[in-house]
Amino acid sequence: MPKTIIEKIWNEHVVDQQEGAPAILAIDLHLVHEVTSPQAFTGLRSRGLKVRRPDRTVATADHSIPTTPRNLPIADEMAAAQVKQLEANCAEFGVPLHGWESPNQGIVHVIGPELGLTQPGATIVCGDSHTATHGAFGALAFGIGTSEVEMVLATQCLLQRKPKTYLVRVDGTLRPGVSAKDIILALIARIGVGGGTGHVFEYAGSAIRALSMEERMTICNMSIEGGARAGLVAPDETTFAYLKGRPHAPQGADWDAAVARWRTLTSDEGATYDKEIVIDANTLEPMVTYGTNPGMGLPISGTIPDPANESDPAAARALTRALEYMDLRAGDSIIGRPVNTVFIGSCTNGRISDLRLAANVLKGQTVAKGVRVMVVPGSADVKRQAEREGLDKIFRDAGADWREAGCSMCIAMNGDQLAPGEYAISTSNRNFEGRQGKGGRTFLASPLTAAATALTGVIADPRTLPGMSR
Amino acid sequence: MAAPKVGTFTTGLVPLPAENVDTDQIVPARYLKVIDKAGLADALFHDWRFEADGTKKNPPFVIDEPRYAGHGILVAGDNFGTGSSREHAPWALGAFGIKAILATSFADIFKSNALKNGILPIVLPAPLHATLMQIAKEDLAATVTINLAAATMTTPDGATHAFPIDLFSQKMLLDGLDELDYIRTQSGKIEAHETAHPGTINTLQPNASR
Ligand code: SF4
Repeated sequence: MPKTIIEKIWNEHVVDQQEGAPAILAIDLHLVHEVTSPQAFTGLRSRGLKVRRPDRTVATADHSIPTTPRNLPIADEMAAAQVKQLEANCAEFGVPLHGWESPNQGIVHVIGPELGLTQPGATIVCGDSHTATHGAFGALAFGIGTSEVEMVLATQCLLQRKPKTYLVRVDGTLRPGVSAKDIILALIARIGVGGGTGHVFEYAGSAIRALSMEERMTICNMSIEGGARAGLVAPDETTFAYLKGRPHAPQGADWDAAVARWRTLTSDEGATYDKEIVIDANTLEPMVTYGTNPGMGLPISGTIPDPANESDPAAARALTRALEYMDLRAGDSIIGRPVNTVFIGSCTNGRISDLRLAANVLKGQTVAKGVRVMVVPGSADVKRQAEREGLDKIFRDAGADWREAGCSMCIAMNGDQLAPGEYAISTSNRNFEGRQGKGGRTFLASPLTAAATALTGVIADPRTLPGMSR
Repeated sequence: MAAPKVGTFTTGLVPLPAENVDTDQIVPARYLKVIDKAGLADALFHDWRFEADGTKKNPPFVIDEPRYAGHGILVAGDNFGTGSSREHAPWALGAFGIKAILATSFADIFKSNALKNGILPIVLPAPLHATLMQIAKEDLAATVTINLAAATMTTPDGATHAFPIDLFSQKMLLDGLDELDYIRTQSGKIEAHETAHPGTINTLQPNASR
């Protein structure tokens, strides 16, 4: 029977399947960070267990660390204690750690691919819902809770039920000014934040094939915002070219053997999915969210929807509440809404290609008066590369703030945050109430849209930038 | 961690008629800097419950209303628990005294995390859900009995409704069994699988220098 890539990876990793019970699934790579792991290590200790496969486990500090220069201590006592706890746990259990001062530090979903640890066909987990990012390589990658982190540390396995499959086919060609972020925001706007619940997305189609690895990561990253725990793209030459020569990628004969195996990781002709959707890339516009979940997004030329037009009372209520929180008026256009802060970074859009796009817009320009623009590289490696290319100088000269690597204002745990009532346009993935600081209001958008907005201080259409006309 | 054990319980309802309640509302991220599970009851729905100066809002958020004190079943809107994988969400709900959540659907990771902490995420058909939401708002003395062994819920009108729960989770919770212990009973199979699938990922040893 023809199989999808999702089923192929699943089958290969089932250790045991008892009648009526979930499968015991083998995990190839376990990524660990400071926020969701301390209680799991405590659990191991109290059970007297070891980490079964330190060679399949890797840790970094990203969520709660400051993005100020690394020679300063961590001022927040709780964050400092959490980072110290991670260091102590990794030392005690033999887990390799790219700590907050390491040259390989970074957002966990940025460094896995960078180091060549994220490989096609693998099962990858992390106590973090954006683990789906790694699906860009044709891996089955998903977020888990802390109890599950403990299980994987102890057994390198998880209890899982076979997910349903959801084909997202994106055909056609993106117009200038429209990018990967807009594809995923458009998908979520169409299916809603619960649309993919119980499913794994497979992104396919000519528009997906044309994307770079970093762009594919942007799309897979936000699978969870569409309700799917995982999302993946079958590996191809783009994938192999990205991985080749990376520190933890196989080398020599091992590399050739691995690529031969990875080439079999495609969905078979005639394989069926539980759900399917087709998106026409030609018709997509830059997307911006206006509400308090990532499904509340619209094409940038659109107007803010009116709860009165919602037939479903629950949806009307949710929209009313969202517009109240955002202090936006139905019928107004989204272009021209003022922002206080522009945040460029996160595991969605904090990689080098994202920074290049933003720098290209800001080059030789000055950010709008009174607007704070924060550029936070996704990893120490991204930061070094950007500095080699002089992007830091472009950002600084334009009046933007160039920071150290971390999650930063994506989650606002580290002091980088909005004040109550402030608006941000953000390249991150969540616009929930208070996500970027208590009372803060978030518009999600692409790096291009965020950079265009930085110049004007109001939400701006990147297609109006020089060189972007159709 | 001791595995939670759940049997039969009877308690009141609390209405939370919002759709897509996300984990950043259930526990705002700044409360994730803890390294244990204690003290999360105050973090629960923090920004909906407290003013900036830390005092309770007036009027209070629904879970703080005195008339709902001690009620252990949250009746929530669709897709409850959307967002992050933070297990702090069910830890906080449990610490506050929530034993079950009734909704028309749940986000996947939240559902899995809740079950691991003995909180029942119960999916109801829309009409029954709507009825119970109404009762939660109007009839403060109403109670619901949840019988996990029978996978049934007895509503205030005396009717008994079956609810879906997978047999495995049901058994684990009824017997207070631990999932990690269960996996460890299969360590022979784990070893055999590892031997048969050596893989190419090694976090300890880079293959090439950059
Ligand atoms: S950048 Fe944001 S979404 Fe990504 S791992 Fe960090 S906090 Fe989570």
